[in-house]
Amino acid sequence: MKKTKQLFAGLILMAFGLGTAQAAYTLNLMRGVTKVSNDLYDLHMLILWVCVFIGIGVFGTMFYSIYHHRKSKGHKAEQFHENTAVEIAWTIIPTLILIGMAIPATKAMIELDNVQESDMSIKVTGHQWKWEYEYLDNGIHFFSNLDEGSNKVRQVGSGLDPRSVPNYLLNVDKPLVIPTKKKIRFVFTSADVIHSWWVPDLGWKKDTNPGFINESWTSVDEPGTYRGQCTELCGKDHAFMPIVVIAMNEPEYNAWVEQQKAAAAAEAGSAGKEWTKEDLVAKGKAVYETNCASCHMPDGAGLPGTFPALTASPVVTGDINAQVKLVSEGKGMMPAFGKVLSAVDFAAVVTYTRNGLGNSVGDAIQPLAIQALQSGIPVAGKNE
Amino acid sequence: MSAVVAEHDDHHDHGPAKGLLRWVITTNHKDIGTLYLLFALAMFFVGGAMAMVIRAELFEPGMQFVNPQFFNSMTTMHALVMVFGAVMPAFVGLANWMIPMMIGAPDMALPRMNNMSFWLLVAGVLLLASTLFMEGGAPASGWTLYPPLVLQTGKALPFAIFSVHLLGISSIMGAINIIATIFNMRAPGMTLMKMPMFVWTWLITAFLLIAIMPVFAGAVTMLLTDKFFATSFFDAAGGGDPVLYQHIFWFFGHPEVYVMILPTFGVASTIIPVFARKPLFGYSSMVHATAAIAFLSFIVWAHHMFTVGMPIAGELYFMYATMLIAIPTGVKVFNWTATMWKGSMTFETPMLFSIAFVVLFTMGGFTGLMMSVAPADFQYHDTYFIVAHFHYTLVPASIFILMAAGYFWLPKWTGHMYDERIGKLHFWLSVISVNVLFFPQHFLGLAGMPRRIPDYAVQFADWNMISSIGGFIFGASQLLFLYIVIHTIKGGTGEKVTSEVWEDAAKHSLEWTLPSPPPYHTFTTPPTVIPTEHI
Repeated sequence: MKKTKQLFAGLILMAFGLGTAQAAYTLNLMRGVTKVSNDLYDLHMLILWVCVFIGIGVFGTMFYSIYHHRKSKGHKAEQFHENTAVEIAWTIIPTLILIGMAIPATKAMIELDNVQESDMSIKVTGHQWKWEYEYLDNGIHFFSNLDEGSNKVRQVGSGLDPRSVPNYLLNVDKPLVIPTKKKIRFVFTSADVIHSWWVPDLGWKKDTNPGFINESWTSVDEPGTYRGQCTELCGKDHAFMPIVVIAMNEPEYNAWVEQQKAAAAAEAGSAGKEWTKEDLVAKGKAVYETNCASCHMPDGAGLPGTFPALTASPVVTGDINAQVKLVSEGKGMMPAFGKVLSAVDFAAVVTYTRNGLGNSVGDAIQPLAIQALQSGIPVAGKNE
Repeated sequence: MSAVVAEHDDHHDHGPAKGLLRWVITTNHKDIGTLYLLFALAMFFVGGAMAMVIRAELFEPGMQFVNPQFFNSMTTMHALVMVFGAVMPAFVGLANWMIPMMIGAPDMALPRMNNMSFWLLVAGVLLLASTLFMEGGAPASGWTLYPPLVLQTGKALPFAIFSVHLLGISSIMGAINIIATIFNMRAPGMTLMKMPMFVWTWLITAFLLIAIMPVFAGAVTMLLTDKFFATSFFDAAGGGDPVLYQHIFWFFGHPEVYVMILPTFGVASTIIPVFARKPLFGYSSMVHATAAIAFLSFIVWAHHMFTVGMPIAGELYFMYATMLIAIPTGVKVFNWTATMWKGSMTFETPMLFSIAFVVLFTMGGFTGLMMSVAPADFQYHDTYFIVAHFHYTLVPASIFILMAAGYFWLPKWTGHMYDERIGKLHFWLSVISVNVLFFPQHFLGLAGMPRRIPDYAVQFADWNMISSIGGFIFGASQLLFLYIVIHTIKGGTGEKVTSEVWEDAAKHSLEWTLPSPPPYHTFTTPPTVIPTEHI
């Protein structure tokens, strides 16, 4: 019924053409919130109008001709087939128009490229399929995953309504927070495949290449929440690693920084204590659903032929150290989680897979053991 | 061959071999042209079915039908099948049928290689299709096969790479054959600057193919050795660079997209003058513009990579060079418009498709011009805006012109007339639905929807649904074309078809001086009068 209604709505929209009932979504690029994004918007509109103008001229001539110069109206064909003056004109004039476009384009390109004199730097690392943010000036460091609400809905055949989740597929568990009115330099790299970091309101996207560093910059004047997505195909969950940037005025930003530092200290403490198997399993379930369920499925059944089942899997029910090694280093399409999950999350998810999902191996691994292992892991992507 | 018709004494006038074997062993350019065209039509429906899967999943937000990995395989295979299985072979089919008849040659210069190049194509495409059934699924990295992502492909990777090798060999053989034919087998008096535009555009395209297919083969071979033989061409950990692959790929890839559009220009320049009843405007500027576009195609590749992290000098150079393409392309559009100007136009189905081509290709050209502006491309890149752009230059351009060519030459090939009413119905359904399908994708891209995603934020829902509805109608409409082709081959309207088919067509090109259908062997003695109307 819902589908029929939507189909009907779509048909009505088509029938009425553009311009009606479209308040909810945009048809054009948005201005964005930075000087660069505004300059690019103006450039975009300039070229768009140039194209519209040329289009009206060419198509107008063509349709005039189609209407008047037809055999059914008795028009006799003339036999001319060249005109040097006209041919020179329609080569020279477009050249001049192009030069007129190239000048503002060059200015904008130079502005976009200038990462000098920044106030702070944030390192962005792409992972399959999450973003890692590291504030190079104050050591804040965290991962940003698709939010839980979207993640539940987007599972194949979940039957849940995407409209029930606010900002479906454009929300994360931990957003990137930046101060307003500061020039922020971003450095980009990747731990696995190429991703691309795009927030339309900032005006640009930049690829993250494994083993290499790219740079870009932004400066946001107004506080607000700005959303974007990965724009370079990076595998199965390419559509499910959004970006959320929250710009805050300086006092709020400073308070956020202090809060993050306190939380990091608490997290480090929890890895040091002894965990019970039950606590690990309970925590591991949430970690599993964020990081593993999209391939191995929420019930551990996998996807025959593409992604192996974890229920009764020889790896999961076998030697625990071999499983830790595989999860840590990855294999084929499976990403390496060794540097991605905290020691607690890592221990929890491994323990969960062995004692949940229909398995009952009975053993557990402590975060302390993972911590010891992680300190010996070769650094992913050679970029730290 | 002569053994099959042993009772004949006249070896110059024997017919085809009998039965199915005729199609396997044939060296006749008309038979091979037919094989290429029918194979391309079949692959058009295979690739189209994949597009239907994509549009069905995108009909609504949320994941309804396929898992994301299979969705990525669909976008990848849809592109590979359409490019290498449908559009390119269709144009090779046209070249096989038309070039010898247009230049007054009895056949292609290298008929046995012609046969081999067709069957290698079939082998290559079947090998590619077989990857769908392999462990780990078909390649899901996009048709560009970027590392490191493509190296995560399962068992399918070496098969996909070998299939690219086969397709490359097939294309190179086809290209060599076309060049050899055009340079050696023209009728006396058919100088280069008297050749029909279709022959010219194919000559230039053939040189592009010879230049680029080995580059692509090299790129995928490096993927193969990176994966299986411990090299590190594209792996930073071993001193390589993943972006190097993109440079190599697009050095192939940009001319490759012109391989699909230059013959399109040639067909449009052939059809429009016939129905405008005027000579082509600016023949020599058309030839030069084609050559200029072909040259420029080699020096603009990194405009596919503006956001990959290039130095500012690289960004600016590739922006300026790319903008230049607008000049010769503009010349072509102006020439087609001037050809129609003060003509005496009629609007049979081939002309309708050709006019739609000029208008809609120009729209694709406009968005191409917008994306050539490097800083603006930092917003457009890898969104639905580019999806809309290249589909405008491929579907209502290359595909529409292939349809136009089908309607234009089917009466010549079969000796039967297609049903004009159903042809026009096919045209109007196609031209409306293709715009419903692709025009909203401009809005989606500008509003921020990335490409190659199986699910999207709800603000993109309405335009995606409209786009999908357009897609389903467009897909279904193409079944009409299949019907028309079969109907025409089986006898069509029953109307008697003259050798000219279209009014005064023989003034434009040699094929219209031959009977419809032409005998199995044509121009065994070269024609004496060369048409010059098109010059």
